[in-house]
Amino acid sequence: MEIHRYEKAWFVAGMVLIVGFIATIAYGAVGPGIAMVDDSGGTVGADPIANGNWNSTDAFREPGVYRTGENSFDVYIVAQRFAFNPGTGEPVRLPTGSEVTFYVASADVMHGFNIAGTNVNVMVAPGQVSEMTARFDEAGTYGIVCHEYCGAGHHDMAGTLEVVPQSEYDYEAANSEQREQLRTLQGGDR
Amino acid sequence: MATITPDETDTAAETDEQVLDEERDAFVDKFPTEARLTRWTFLVAFVALGIGGLFGLIQALHRTGAFRGFVSSADYYTILTGHGVLLVLVFTTFFISGFFNWAITRSLDRGSVDPRVEYGGFAMLLVGTVLAAVAILGGLFDSVPLSADVLFTFYPPLQAHPAFYIGAALIVVGSWVVGLGWFRRFWAWRKNNADERIPLQAFMVLTTMVMWYVATIGVAIEVVVFLIPWSLGLIQTVDPILARTLFWFFGHPVVYFWLLPAYLAWYTIMPKLAGGRLFSDPLARIVFVLFVLLSTPVGFHHQYVDPGIPEGFKFVAMTNTMFLLLPSLLTAFTVVASLEHAGRQQGGSGRLGWLKTLPWGKPAFSGMALAGLMFAAGGFSGMINAGMNINYLVHNTLWVPGHFHLTVGTAFALTAMAASYWLVPQITGKRLQLRGVAAIQPYMWFLGMTLMSNAMHRAGLIGVPRRTAEPQYEAFNYAQTVGGYGEMRIQIALGGTLLFVALVMFLAVMFATILAGKGGNLRVNSEFPEPLSGADDAPKVLDNLRLWAVFALLLVALAYGFPIYSMIQSGALDPSIPAVPVSLAGWLPI
Ligand code: HEM
Ligand SMILES: [Cu+2]
Ligand SMILES: [Cu+2]
Repeated sequence: MEIHRYEKAWFVAGMVLIVGFIATIAYGAVGPGIAMVDDSGGTVGADPIANGNWNSTDAFREPGVYRTGENSFDVYIVAQRFAFNPGTGEPVRLPTGSEVTFYVASADVMHGFNIAGTNVNVMVAPGQVSEMTARFDEAGTYGIVCHEYCGAGHHDMAGTLEVVPQSEYDYEAANSEQREQLRTLQGGDR
Repeated sequence: MATITPDETDTAAETDEQVLDEERDAFVDKFPTEARLTRWTFLVAFVALGIGGLFGLIQALHRTGAFRGFVSSADYYTILTGHGVLLVLVFTTFFISGFFNWAITRSLDRGSVDPRVEYGGFAMLLVGTVLAAVAILGGLFDSVPLSADVLFTFYPPLQAHPAFYIGAALIVVGSWVVGLGWFRRFWAWRKNNADERIPLQAFMVLTTMVMWYVATIGVAIEVVVFLIPWSLGLIQTVDPILARTLFWFFGHPVVYFWLLPAYLAWYTIMPKLAGGRLFSDPLARIVFVLFVLLSTPVGFHHQYVDPGIPEGFKFVAMTNTMFLLLPSLLTAFTVVASLEHAGRQQGGSGRLGWLKTLPWGKPAFSGMALAGLMFAAGGFSGMINAGMNINYLVHNTLWVPGHFHLTVGTAFALTAMAASYWLVPQITGKRLQLRGVAAIQPYMWFLGMTLMSNAMHRAGLIGVPRRTAEPQYEAFNYAQTVGGYGEMRIQIALGGTLLFVALVMFLAVMFATILAGKGGNLRVNSEFPEPLSGADDAPKVLDNLRLWAVFALLLVALAYGFPIYSMIQSGALDPSIPAVPVSLAGWLPI
């Protein structure tokens, strides 16, 4: 079979492009360490998330912000039609420059968890815990958006993340307020 | 009866001055039964396109806030489900069934072995469509106890009425049955032509169908084994990640089921319309075989940000996806080379001067060429989507519909419209009507899509989500970028309106043509000039469909066997996750 000279050149150029793409992605994973969302969050039954039996599971904790080190935090969030707890009623509050690991679980259907305009973007599926680590260097209010259709009120499912300068961050205050808020949500309309 | 020899087909036969005294030789006269089936499938496809397009307009106006008077924001999702299902399930499948039915008949030069098979498949498609459509549209009326607001991806545990899943299953099975009719024709042809090369269009139809049979295994299992019994209350739970995995097993290759018919048109019809011939038949065959092999083991690239799936599986899918760029890059080469050849045949010269001699006033040509151009742009945004890490920025944002309105929404849809301008006269025996409207219609679509799609891409980059009735939130603002979010919203609303106008223009031409009287000679025919490099230059093994089917299945088993096995190991078959019917009010206890 005869292949035209230009055709050959094009084929080679195409292959170079493809291998190049794969190489940059592989480099992104091992070099700057852009980790993919995977199964590291573990699985969790529907019941603890929907009913708040936090003690019955190892994979998840009572929703809220937990300080795990000088400069690191774990944030547990429940996505439930049509709110994030915390996030919707009361913003998630974090200081700049810290390492934050989000654990997000769904109490009912598929949801999305996207901090608008950032790399924090995961699917939230019932039965799974979505784990994702991020860092926010700029102070400000970020939008948390549910970007997977979850029912008739899907467009109302949003929340906020407030990132404050490290010097102004008061973990105790931010957190106790949040717990309060959550308790009322839990007893509320869902 | 043939009135035109292959060499004169270029443009001569299609000019107005040309008067053919001989008896006309239309596809409909030679193959009336096959032409009738294609007419029916096209008719359903066009109706679905019209309704789906109207829904698209409603969405474009509603979600940008330009006009929210059509539906409430809760009903937006009924409209959106209708848009997705009618366009990417119904319009595509019906159009492709009719188009392939024409292509294989023409190319093997033989009619159906037993038309009851093809017509039976068509009947299943139709019943499936009616069931799904009724279930979806029932969501708009409180008095109708049906609802299926689950979008065209129907992820559990959101649960639609069983009629929706049964309808979807019938559409898939109907397409299998229609395809069976084509294979039977091919086997019959093979008996008499043991050593012949498979004619190119037949080769394209058959390879696409091999890919389709492999691809639909995933969704067939999802719907038949899980969703139908679950919606009927026979099983209690379905694991959402397993269901998503089975869906995307099918959900990526389905885009090649849409794209390959467009490639068939670009490889075989477009060069002729341009007044030239295909550059290379062997390369076209290689491209289609590559699609058979690589289309399916890539679905995890839609699940890059899913929990519960190890990174390794995602990485393998990413690598396969990147290699899948190759056949499309090769296609770009062959198609452009064929057009350049045509342009130079017509006296065009210079590096780009040949472009000027192409028949830009003929809607069949201009539609396909513009569709190809938009597909190139869609290909670039697709490469971004395929990058695992960049995907974080765009996943589920408006970027994604921005991307696929260039691919399925234009590369396929505009090619289908363009092909109809040329093919509908041949299957009806009637001349194309409203030619002036037809001549500008592709440009209108192109303009509307340029506006809508580019603004969707940019809005996605600042994080505006897709599938959302009111993407405006009280507590925060989207970042200000060049032009700002307000400007993007205007472009989406305006682009969507222009697209709808273009759609109405297309439908006007089609219905005027269908309703016109028969008679006179047609200006078009289905004779194709020989490629510059013909089938004899292609290695024979390319025609071994069975071999490619086996390889494709093997690759799929490699890519999916272990992931699905490990999901089942970790309890995916017994997830104990309660169903969430989309409409409790309308829920019929069964
Ligand atoms: C009149 C022309 C069209 C207009 C104005 C239009 C408009 C839109 C808009 C605004 C969306 C985004 C809705 C959202 O995410 O909230 C959308 C989604 C979509 N469109 Fe179109 N569209 C048109 C034609 C098409 C065509 C021809 C196809 C395919 C053949 C198509 C396939 C889709 C699909 C698959 C979705 C995604 C549905 C989902 O997310 O569930 N559209 N369209
Ligand atoms: Cu949602
Ligand atoms: Cu894909």
